[in-house]
Amino acid sequence: MTDTAPYTLGDLATEVRSKNAGPFWLTIEAFMPDEAAYRIADALVTPELISELYRVPSASLRIFRIPDLNVVKVSLPRPVAQGSVFDRDIHAGQHHVPLATVEIRECES
Amino acid sequence: MKEPDSVGILVPSGMLGAGFHPDTITRGISLGADVIAVDGGSTDSGPYYLGTGTAKTTEQAVRRDLRILLAAANEAGIPLIVGSCGTGGTDAGVHWVAAIVDEICAEDGLHPTIAKIFSEQSAERLAPELARGRVHPLPPSTELDASTLTRCAHIVGMMGHEPIEQALRAGADVVLAGRATDTALAAAVPLMRGMPPGPAWHAAKIVECGGQCTTDPRAGGVFARIHHDGFTIEPLDPNAACTPASVAAHMLYETVDPFTMREPGGTIDVTDTSYTAIDDRTVLVEGSRFEPAEQYTIKLEGAAITGYETVSFTGIRDPKVLRAIDVWADLLRKTLTDRVDTVLDLRAGSWAADLRLYGHNAILGDLEPAVSPPREVGVMLLVSAGDQQTATAISKLANPLLLHLPLPTMTYLPSFAFATSPAHVDRGAAYEFVLNHVVDVDSPTELFRLEMPETRR
Repeated sequence: MTDTAPYTLGDLATEVRSKNAGPFWLTIEAFMPDEAAYRIADALVTPELISELYRVPSASLRIFRIPDLNVVKVSLPRPVAQGSVFDRDIHAGQHHVPLATVEIRECES
Repeated sequence: MKEPDSVGILVPSGMLGAGFHPDTITRGISLGADVIAVDGGSTDSGPYYLGTGTAKTTEQAVRRDLRILLAAANEAGIPLIVGSCGTGGTDAGVHWVAAIVDEICAEDGLHPTIAKIFSEQSAERLAPELARGRVHPLPPSTELDASTLTRCAHIVGMMGHEPIEQALRAGADVVLAGRATDTALAAAVPLMRGMPPGPAWHAAKIVECGGQCTTDPRAGGVFARIHHDGFTIEPLDPNAACTPASVAAHMLYETVDPFTMREPGGTIDVTDTSYTAIDDRTVLVEGSRFEPAEQYTIKLEGAAITGYETVSFTGIRDPKVLRAIDVWADLLRKTLTDRVDTVLDLRAGSWAADLRLYGHNAILGDLEPAVSPPREVGVMLLVSAGDQQTATAISKLANPLLLHLPLPTMTYLPSFAFATSPAHVDRGAAYEFVLNHVVDVDSPTELFRLEMPETRR
């Protein structure tokens, strides 16, 4: 890995995705390609980071770390109820972007 | 009846009307399917479909899928189960699918025994349950207020497998169910034939979205065989594969918690489940558990009208405006509010407007991480009011602003790019999901109404 390229979690991951988990929750998953990448994602995704990116209290978050699949999964209450006047992402299909665009500054090897 | 060694489930697609290749069904039948199960609905496309009792899918697509499924089920002598009919699973949705089934049967000379199961609930039926403390919120919601029940345009309860099993035992060949859990459709026949609940429920969860659990989500149908120690799963498209990772990963999809999932009668637990490839496209799943709950509960879904909406759209390309697009948007909001106050005699809080800058930060709003100025912006103004005339009137007040509003520094009136004439479209009633609650029941079937003809059996 070069130390010059700006590198994000989305660049490192096979896929970062988000979706509704019912009308009142949204869930985000980072699928990492291997164990080394998983370790980076695992270290990066903290309650503090998610709370800051998504402006939700960290107590309302649920983070699941699944090394068998090299996946980190985050579930949080939807910022606005699905389909309400201020909901701009009915399926919550684009809400992975704040997490996917976080820069990875240090790569542990 | 003697218990079989295994039960095969054919799921043709993730949703009725999504389409599938006819070979999918031929292959599933040849693998020994004991039931065809397909989901007809979801909350995922939003509250409109439940609120209006109308379907997301087009009638022709549903008709095409049903024609193939009815013929295959009839020929193989196995039941066809459709759940959450008409997207929202309202009574109107069940009637809508039933009318299509009746027409196909008449045209194609089929004579199945058809059961309809209705899951719509009235506020009057539920209010006493609420008063008795038998309605409970699910996170992140709070205690239910009785007035919320009466506000709902439609309320449905999500049935488990029991009402479906009741219809099958009464001799139904085709079961058209109102709102049901996605898993209940596929779990009903395996459970009825004595398969253990852990593998039956877990398999039902894995197959509910069709090809999502395969290496090619576009592949469509899947086939699961449930036996006494676990289940196997494979795609019905010979070019697709199930791998241990693709099957295990499906527990992540649209779930809050990937290890446990609540059903009406208990909880699926896959914490200790193992996934093993038995060939290059079939996976064996073992160790899934089902923990019965102390209290059987039915989840409620309800959609209420939030208001009537009008949407307007304009485009901005001028870099001078785009460099100060947030200033422009703030000015538009303030000017519109002033105009509404001056011209329309509206109570504060009786209307709302959401100004969305597509190309800038419409989708993520305050969460948007990028900051560079956009090349062009699509401006959507969504207005909500207590009636359609008011929403339209507010949008007409906004029209000249969306066309000409200058930045504070400009000494002239710019003109922006309306995409259509008129620039607004009335959307009619808009809905919101307002229930995220369960109700305790004494019997799994008490909230559901089975309707079917007398059978010869």
